[in-house]
Amino acid sequence: MTTTARETVLGRIRDALALSGPEPAPAVPRAYRTGRSLPDRERLDLLVDRLVDYRATVRTCTADRTAEVIAEALHAHGARRIGVPAGLDEAWLARYDGEVRRDDADVPAPRLAALDGVVTASAVTCAETGTIFLDGSPDQGRRALSLVPDLHVCVVDLSSVVVGVPEAVARLVPERPTTLISGPSATSDIELERVEGVHGPRTLDVVIRTDA
Amino acid sequence: MSSTFLGMPAAPPRSPYGTGNLRGERKFPKAAHDELRNEQLRRNLRKATHSIRAKRLAVTSELPDWEPLRDAGAAIKAATMDRLPELLEQLERKVTEQGGTVHWARDGVEANEIVTRLVKETGSDEVIKVKSMATQETGLNEHLENQGVTAYETDLAELIVQLAHDKPSHILVPAIHRNRDEIRDIFRSAIPGVDPELDSVPAHLAAAARAYLREKFMTVPVAVSGANFGIAETGTLSVVESEGNGRMCLTMPKTLITVMGIEKVLPRYQDLEVFLQLLPRSSTGERMNPYTSMWTGVTPGDGPQEFHLVLLDNGRTAALADRIGRQALHCIRCSACLNVCPVYERAGGHAYGSTYPGPIGAVLTPQLAGMDAAKNDPNSSLPYASSLCGACFDACPVKIDIPSLLVELRHQHTEQARATAEKLAMKAAATVMSRPGLFTAAQKAAGTGGRVVAGRDRKISRLPAPFDGWTDTRDLPAPPRRTFRSWLASAEGAAALRAAAEEGARPGADTVRHDHEEGNR
Repeated sequence: MTTTARETVLGRIRDALALSGPEPAPAVPRAYRTGRSLPDRERLDLLVDRLVDYRATVRTCTADRTAEVIAEALHAHGARRIGVPAGLDEAWLARYDGEVRRDDADVPAPRLAALDGVVTASAVTCAETGTIFLDGSPDQGRRALSLVPDLHVCVVDLSSVVVGVPEAVARLVPERPTTLISGPSATSDIELERVEGVHGPRTLDVVIRTDA
Repeated sequence: MSSTFLGMPAAPPRSPYGTGNLRGERKFPKAAHDELRNEQLRRNLRKATHSIRAKRLAVTSELPDWEPLRDAGAAIKAATMDRLPELLEQLERKVTEQGGTVHWARDGVEANEIVTRLVKETGSDEVIKVKSMATQETGLNEHLENQGVTAYETDLAELIVQLAHDKPSHILVPAIHRNRDEIRDIFRSAIPGVDPELDSVPAHLAAAARAYLREKFMTVPVAVSGANFGIAETGTLSVVESEGNGRMCLTMPKTLITVMGIEKVLPRYQDLEVFLQLLPRSSTGERMNPYTSMWTGVTPGDGPQEFHLVLLDNGRTAALADRIGRQALHCIRCSACLNVCPVYERAGGHAYGSTYPGPIGAVLTPQLAGMDAAKNDPNSSLPYASSLCGACFDACPVKIDIPSLLVELRHQHTEQARATAEKLAMKAAATVMSRPGLFTAAQKAAGTGGRVVAGRDRKISRLPAPFDGWTDTRDLPAPPRRTFRSWLASAEGAAALRAAAEEGARPGADTVRHDHEEGNR
């Protein structure tokens, strides 16, 4: 009879636990802060402070100016050809005069390198850490879309901004592919000197809609 | 499904001797001795460790609930270890339900074979890799190379190490021992088609790596990653990173193979709320690292369409069997203990000889791979590579009591060691010391002998074996002409004692002047 690696490893774990005298583990103390809330203004200020610290570009606007501000962001970075997820609100691009390609899973991911930038929505944002969560919803698209192009214009609604990490994790859907973004990509591998933009988008431009 | 319990539990085996990267060629003091002479290395290390320390303190002190977070992290890890079999089975079930395939590896050799087979099944002879401690530990790259598969490390520091045919020296910043000029020279000589005029500005070096790796990300069809967390409840895996190379490897290829140590499992998705706060702040000293990817099996139309998870033992169960030592398995690989360690800061990571350097390495490595006294194992020196100052314990986000583990491992090493010359000598000393007459005679003999050996400067710089370890790094003062016991028995000693007693009896006296001859003057 041959024993599979699975049986062997699980058997070893049970032996190990028997040998190390399993004492019932104490209940996990969860005395850290959860369920925090702050007024809109304070959440906004906290988030902007964190994003600027990560050297992201930040724009705030009301929802009625969404198209105008997105066009402004794309122009500012000279993006002439952009990609958008299939479910992105068309009205958001009404003021943009460059080429727009709606993403399709049939387009091989490497082809996305031909795009100057991408515009997406977002699922949740954590103000305290300046972290934007994308979860692959139709207005955020597949992961490669917000990764390969060098500019990411990301729209964040203030109503989706929570204070801390526990509040953000509670809003996620585990089964969705989820990407946490805290500023543009960076490395500190050479003498710990921070360099922005290694493999992910070198520019992150965040559009915060204060009444959405 | 679950194995039947038959009789006495057996001690699980360590990682097989002579495999992987869990053992250096020399003992720590010898290796450190050479590393300490490298002034460039010491400057690089000092600058790096001090700057990360300051950042870590700034971002941990701004959280009023940092200590409750540490308590929660420690407790979650402890509870996880107690439930490891059921949690791993749950993780396996969830990953499988979501379209992934789970493999089990008893040791590093088996993990390497599984990964190689899976890579070959894709038809590719190239893989892109995300920085992974587990595959560094198993020596996967070397194994792939022997099997005709080229592995490209995509983390900038890992790339530097790989191109220089070097070894990582830090968990978080593996090329911490290299400065910018060295990196420029490595890139100029090892990256095909790189600008021969490439300078040593870090942004330019990073851009050279970007250009080189971009083509690999777009074309190589299979990636190998590690995992920071694997959630049993949902089957979700997570990689925490900065550069975007992780996102590239986890998203672009058709096939993804993740190698995860069995201790990396977490019970619940909600537990991420603790570890996503503890890890980045302890590791890079950031409020959050730039990118974290979380994926659950396979998602149609998004990312790799084939996903394999390899669960690795390689000595972890041996560590788990130790009541005290199992705490080392709680490590989340943040490297905060390295950055605060006075020994690491001076000796550097290579001196430890293992994938896991620093204080956590000194307790993890011997438990994963053993301290084989019969083979004069370099790992047996690791528990002594510490001053037991405790800075690592204070810095650890999951409160691993590294100093106690070091002491326990020293104890185990001493117990394991066979009848060494030192042990025999100590036994003889115990006999002598328990008999006053013998002890006096021995002191007399040692005094005479010692003064002869010491010579004019009254210092002994080299003791004979087996005590030479003591004088390797310090001098021993020559024994005094007269021992304390013989002074005490003399008329002079008796008079001094009387005087001291009278002095002490006077009201208000709280000090006693000692002006007897200590003998060493």
